[in-house]
Parts: sequence; C-alpha cells; structure tokens
Amino acid sequence: MKPLTNHKPSLHDQYLASLRKEKRWVRFYQLIIFVGFFMLWEAASRYQWIDPLLFSSPSKIWSLLMGKIEDGSLFSHIGVTLFETVLGFILGTLLGTCLAALLWWFPRFSKIADPYLVILNAMPKVALGPILIVAFGPNFSSIIAMGTVISVIITTIVVYTSFREVDANYIKVLKTFGASRFQCFKEAVLPASFPAIISTLKVNVGLSWVGVIVGEFLVSKQGLGYMIIYGFQVFNFTLVLLSLLIIAVLATLMYQIVALIEKSLIKNR
Amino acid sequence: MSFLVVHDISHTYFTEKTATTALEHISLSIDQGEFVSFIGPSGCGKTTLLSIIASLIQPTEGTVTLEGKKMQAIHPAVGYMLQQDYLFPWKTIEENLFLGLKIMEIDTPEMRASALSLLERMDLKGTEKHYPNQLSGGMRQRAALARTLATDPKILLLDEPFSALDYQTKLRLEELVWQTLKEYRKTALLVTHDIGEAIAMSDRIFLFAAKPGRLVRTFLVPSELRQLPPFAARQHPSFSELFQFLWKELDSLETTY
Ligand SMILES: Nc1ncnc2c1ncn2[C@@H]1O[C@H](COP(=O)(O)OP(=O)(O)O)[C@@H](O)[C@H]1O
Ligand SMILES: [Mg+2]
Repeated sequence: MKPLTNHKPSLHDQYLASLRKEKRWVRFYQLIIFVGFFMLWEAASRYQWIDPLLFSSPSKIWSLLMGKIEDGSLFSHIGVTLFETVLGFILGTLLGTCLAALLWWFPRFSKIADPYLVILNAMPKVALGPILIVAFGPNFSSIIAMGTVISVIITTIVVYTSFREVDANYIKVLKTFGASRFQCFKEAVLPASFPAIISTLKVNVGLSWVGVIVGEFLVSKQGLGYMIIYGFQVFNFTLVLLSLLIIAVLATLMYQIVALIEKSLIKNR
Repeated sequence: MSFLVVHDISHTYFTEKTATTALEHISLSIDQGEFVSFIGPSGCGKTTLLSIIASLIQPTEGTVTLEGKKMQAIHPAVGYMLQQDYLFPWKTIEENLFLGLKIMEIDTPEMRASALSLLERMDLKGTEKHYPNQLSGGMRQRAALARTLATDPKILLLDEPFSALDYQTKLRLEELVWQTLKEYRKTALLVTHDIGEAIAMSDRIFLFAAKPGRLVRTFLVPSELRQLPPFAARQHPSFSELFQFLWKELDSLETTY
C-alpha cells in the first residue's frame, strides 16, 4: 500500500483514531454478549429457570471438559473428527475440481452429464448415509465418504462454471503461441479459477462438518458426532452441549484458516 | 514474391439462428518489412481476418501463405497482440514475458536475455518482479507488446492495440511501437478505428466495408509520410490531406450501408 498523503497528518490521525475507537466498541459489545450469554446461562440453570438436566450449565460443561482432557478421551474424539472432516473436505474439493476439469475437457460429456448433475445436486446427500456405510463398512472411511459426497457435486458445478467463464482472450493469447489444450488449462483456465475454487473451499468446510457429524451419528463409534449421539442416548446433555461447543470452535478455526489461505493465494488480482 | 498472401478468403460464422458472412473474397498481399493497416467500421471482419491469418480459425474458403508456404496450423512466425493487454494477473511481468518462450519450448538463456532487453526497450526495466495490477494501462500494453515480440515473430498482428488507452499514452505508444518494429525489421499488420493512426503509422492502408465484410480500397501512404515516425507524420502537411480523403471514403461507406 502507498503511504497516504501527509498534508494533514493530524486529520488523518484523527480519522485512524476514530476507526480504532469504533473497532474497540464493537469488540467490547461482542465480549459483553459472549460473557453475558454464559453468565445468564449459568444463572438460569442454577436458579432452575431452565431445566438443568436438559440445558446443563457452563460450569458443568467446563468441569466435564477438564475431566475429559485429563483422561485423554476428548483428544482422540476430536482428532478422529478433525481428521475425517479435513480429509472429507479436501477430497470433496479435489474430486469436484477434477470432475469439473473433465467436464471442461470433454464438452460433449458435460452436455450429457448436465441433467444428472442437477439431480445429484438437488438430492439431500446425507440420505446416502446408510448406503455408504454398507459400501465402505461401519468405520471412518464411510464417514469420510459422507464428508466428501456432500460437497463434491456443488464443487463440480461451481468450479466448472468458473472454468467456462474464464475470459476467452487469455486462451487466445496462449493459442497464438501454439499452446495445447492442456497448456491452456494449466496456464489460464485453472489459475483464473483459483478464487472460485477457494471460495468453494469455504463452503465445503461447513458442508463437510455436516457430512462427518451425520456420518458419526450413524456409525456411532467415535468422534464428536458420536459424543453427541451417545450423550443423547444416556441423557447426558452436558456431553451433548460440550461437543456442540467444541464443534463450533473447530469449524470456526477451519473456516478462518481457509480464509487466510484465500488471502495469501489471491493477493495479486 | 510477397511475404504474406491472403488469397480469396471468405468466412461465415454459423450460430443456431444465423449464418453471418464476416468476410467475402478477401485477397491482399503484404511485403516483408511493410507496415499495413486495416481500417473500417466495426463488424467488418477485421478481427476475423486477423484470426484467420494467425490460423486461430480456419476460413470457410481461401488460403493464407507465408513466404510461399500455405499456413495450416498456428505458426511461430506470427505474433498476435490483442486490444487489451491480457497480461495474466497471477503472473509477474517477467513470467508473462517468458510465457511464449515457455509454451513454444524455446525458453533458453539467450531468448530470455533478448526478451529482457525488449522489456528494457519498452522502458519497463525494474518491473520484472511486479504484478500487472501494479502497472498503468500504458505500461501494461507495452509489457504485452514485449511478450508478443519475445518469441521473435516475423510478422506482428496488432488488433486495435491502442484503442483502450488515453490519447497521450496512445501517441507515445504509437511512436514506440513504430520505432521498435522498424528497428527489429518486423512486418506489421495493424487494425485500427483511427484514421490518423493508420496514416501516421503505415505504408499502406486497406479500407474494409461491412455486411458482408470486404476489402473496398487500398491506399498507398505518400513516401514523405512513410519515412516519418508517427508523431512527426501527424504534423506533415500531406497528413491532413490524406486524412480528409480517407475520412470522406469511410463516411460514404458508413452512410450508404
Ligand atoms: N464467434 C463468432 N460467432 C458468430 N459471429 C461472429 C463471431 N465473431 C464475429 N462474428 C461476427 O462477424 C462479424 C465480424 O466480426 P469481427 O471480425 O469481430 O469484426 P471487427 O473486428 O471488424 O469489428 C460481425 O458481424 C460479428 O458479429
Ligand atoms: Mg475487432
């Protein structure tokens, strides 16, 4: 970034200061809401405004968390779920991008595949869960398959659309140098579509969490989804809520990481 | 023998609803080292003809020969520059510059060195590691020219390369392109809307008409103008004379059709 004009440094400083002030206020209110929410929750549970058996309380969740950290079981559950989710969403994105490349490479194939893509996209993918479990066995592979299947079609559609929208003149430039179809793809079509691919990455983070959690519900062996379904079955809602909070934190972290990758990858556009 | 011969080219574009005859029976020839311009209303098939000469599209009818050989596939002796720079935004200026070398598999240290000297000739030394969005419009167009020249084509096809630039930048770039092409002894074919630009830069001017696209007339630019660089040519008394003449021709074309 260029340095701003320094005609009126004081005015500019004032402007920056007001920006900072505004930001501090926003943070302040966010913190208030955060702290207030948990305090209200705790109080409501303690004074029985809400059913503590159903809604638990932050302090109970906290002590459960500490206990789970001590006996080490929490980390294995988190590890399993993270592994499945990350793999699911990487596979979904990669596979979707490859499928999109195939559609781009074979225009006739893309015309033929079009209605099927629409059907597959419209179908609720989690309904495939039982079939996947039978096909891959009741273990982590079927859960990863869930995490993948849920995002692959939409990725294909979004990325393929972006492939087709690449300015034909970039391809023309390459062709005047005698570029092959593969070179056109590698030098123009794919890099020009990076922003679209990254943005599907963002969407796929969320989708893969859905796929993996539902998968873990069904397979019911380990992972955060399993913790939820187990807590539900033994009526331990503290466990359910703890899992939910952990999922919220992890999903947000993953989303932020993808956002960072996005920033560094497309800084020159 | 002529360097480039366009022989009886016709081209029709087919779409579901229409068949557009973009070009009808075009024949012309260009000598080595000559600078010619195509001028005519928009839609008269200038870009189509350039694409055919570059073998980017196959004409419905007719042939193009370069140094006596029929052109069938994209030829390394032909360089093409588009209206906008189309520098790849995710590549640095240097990577853009070497793109043609890479694709033609002539990415040798010598070719790189001569490409870099072209960049310097374009007054862009020091921008090698920059990205296109850090450069102004004129700089980008110069970088695109360097990229086109880097593969050392014998003939340069320029499709309205200055039309997206502001007037001053355009005049400066005309001067630079003219000087560079003379210096490197390139044959050049310029498409333009601008009568003045055509007169100032070229040795011969081909006038096209639209619907269907066809060649109407050829003008020889007087030798006193041909020898002058574009900016000086614009000041010469015979410039405005030819300008008036061409303007009337173009005007009558656009009013009769
Ligand atoms: N890809 C295409 N498909 C169908 N028609 C086209 C295509 N490209 C150009 N045309 C038509 O051919 C005619 C000539 O176009 P073009 O060569 O771009 O003219 P110019 O460059 O002189 O403006 C126009 O009528 C245009 O609509
Ligand atoms: Mg055109």
